[in-house]
Amino acid sequence: MGTQLKKLLTAAVAAVPLLVGLGAVTAHADGEHFVFVSHAPDTDSWWNVIKNALKNAAADTKTTVDYRNPPTGDIADMARIIQQAAATNPDGIITTIADFDVLQSAIKDAIAKGIPVITVNSGTAEQSKQLGALMHIGQPEYDAGKGAGERAKAAGVTDFVCVNHYITNAASVERCQGYADGLGVPLGDHMVDSGQDPTGVYNKVKAYLTAHPGTNGILTLGPNAADPTIKLLRDTGETSKYNFITFDLSSDISQGIKDGIVESAIDQQPYLQGYLPVVLLTEYKRYGVLPANNINTGPGFVTKANIEMVEKLAGEYR
Amino acid sequence: MAENSTVVAAGRPADERLQKQSGLRKLLSRPELGAIAGTVLVFLFFGATAHGTGMFAADGIMNWITVTAQLTIIATGAALLMVGGEFDLSVGSMIGFAGMMIAIPTVYFGWPVWASVVFAFCGALLIGFLNGLIVVRTRLPSFIVTLASLYILRGMTIALSILFANRTIVSGVKNFAGDSIVVPLFSGKAFQGLFVWMANAGIIGKLPNGQPSVQGIPAVVIWAFVIALIGHIVLTRTRFGNWIFGAGGDANAARNVGVPVARVKITLFMVTAFCATVYATCQVMEFGSAAADRGVLKEFEAIIAAVIGGCLLTGGYGSVVGAFFGALIFGVVQMGILFTGAPNDWFQVFLGLMLLTAVLFNSYIRRRATGER
Repeated sequence: MGTQLKKLLTAAVAAVPLLVGLGAVTAHADGEHFVFVSHAPDTDSWWNVIKNALKNAAADTKTTVDYRNPPTGDIADMARIIQQAAATNPDGIITTIADFDVLQSAIKDAIAKGIPVITVNSGTAEQSKQLGALMHIGQPEYDAGKGAGERAKAAGVTDFVCVNHYITNAASVERCQGYADGLGVPLGDHMVDSGQDPTGVYNKVKAYLTAHPGTNGILTLGPNAADPTIKLLRDTGETSKYNFITFDLSSDISQGIKDGIVESAIDQQPYLQGYLPVVLLTEYKRYGVLPANNINTGPGFVTKANIEMVEKLAGEYR
Repeated sequence: MAENSTVVAAGRPADERLQKQSGLRKLLSRPELGAIAGTVLVFLFFGATAHGTGMFAADGIMNWITVTAQLTIIATGAALLMVGGEFDLSVGSMIGFAGMMIAIPTVYFGWPVWASVVFAFCGALLIGFLNGLIVVRTRLPSFIVTLASLYILRGMTIALSILFANRTIVSGVKNFAGDSIVVPLFSGKAFQGLFVWMANAGIIGKLPNGQPSVQGIPAVVIWAFVIALIGHIVLTRTRFGNWIFGAGGDANAARNVGVPVARVKITLFMVTAFCATVYATCQVMEFGSAAADRGVLKEFEAIIAAVIGGCLLTGGYGSVVGAFFGALIFGVVQMGILFTGAPNDWFQVFLGLMLLTAVLFNSYIRRRATGER
């Protein structure tokens, strides 16, 4: 037993220099150091585009950007990560406002410490201003949902399901609420808490559509909900029964648009939400220049008309 | 009963209870020894890799101390229960549920916040009681029974919050709480004067606006200290503490000498629920909101902290002091990795490796110390 333990210990100790090496590479690069804090759990694939954007922005501006997130998506843990980021005295923090109440003291403390903060993605321009952040870069959630609802109404939708794969995020409910208001139908029990697991999403949507045969509109809130739903419609052959609008893009969604299963995708152009704040913070830090407005990166609608170009870049830049 | 076996091996059976042990030997056979050694190792590691990153500046220290304190609160309950021979996997879900029991009545029913907090504690103790009662009555493994509670409580948190509030995050608790005593009790900052003095004396940093970089010691740290201290005293200095060891070591033998095993176990399940509710109350009062996904996976963190701290998975051996050091290791590693700037994609790999290293080192030290094979 003793020797076995020794071997294991040696192996574990051998892993330590590796850690030290990696730490050294990222922490002591030249140029400014920024931290990007997201609210997404590790499993949310949508954030790959943002990670790509951060990597490119860091290379283009010769800065270092660390991406951080709470592994389980717990926003209270995210507040601790923001506090931690502030303690390292970075040149800037980029964060989402996934839950204003939870994050406000952590973000305000960072700003009080003199760290410039840009808010992106979740949250509103008003909240960003209230926190004292430099600016907000994102898509107004309720308005985007409402835009989709109005679009669906014009297409003749009367009854709908909103597939929500991250129901614990307040912004997700805003999207469903906006869609319902745009359509003029009360939200009621039209929202399905699908969870993140593809098989779970598939079966929950299947059960809902079976139990509510009058449904003719589908709203999914992102690839995690959309991809299994597209597969379901392919499996059941009901590819043209629903007016199907989704938030965000993935390669499955692009294919769905081309095949006519998905009417349109609401593109909030996440690449900009990763790339722009890094560039803007760098310019602000180096030359003190900053745009006076907030930036709306969406909603843009991707349809059959413009899918060709978008499709090539889906999952990486779009 | 590892503690006794070493004594038996060393002395004659006839007078084992009277045998004198050297002070050093006594110290070395303490369950928390390995965790203390692991803590030293972890601090040495981060001292070397994260110095100059702000990890050991005042606000950096307060960051990982707060995470440690939160974990200490639930790890104390978990450690006591594990010494008593049972698990509670519903701690994480209990945190989410208790948070909702505070937030929904406050925001939607117009209850004063103190009443909601009292309601949450009563509700949690009742659930803990039921957990314990089912385990004791059915003699099913607590692992299974509380796994069911994990799902039921998490599901009820989502379902009830949708039912009453039509959302899964209930915000604005602070607007309703006003100047109730509950807010400073669970989310205030203690010793603020001391920190202002330290900032003026140049011991800790100052913000540009003149405030100290850390305003005070968060209430959750005080709660953690008090709960761990009480847990430690109860376990080591009282009759009930002996009953816990008895119930966890050999329930039948304990029953035969008159220990009310069922009552002890049910009480311990109520203690873990109580600790989870303290955690939840501090969180709701600090952040002003409750959410259905609060506390996900915290039950494992609590158990890991207790195990790093020397609690045996089989029960009958362990300590609250050890669980505290386990929580410290977990908290420091969890936040420390972020300070080193390690790439995020590898975060959980590093976390796992560091914990494995700490536990291996811990058990190696303990085996060497107790001469166990």
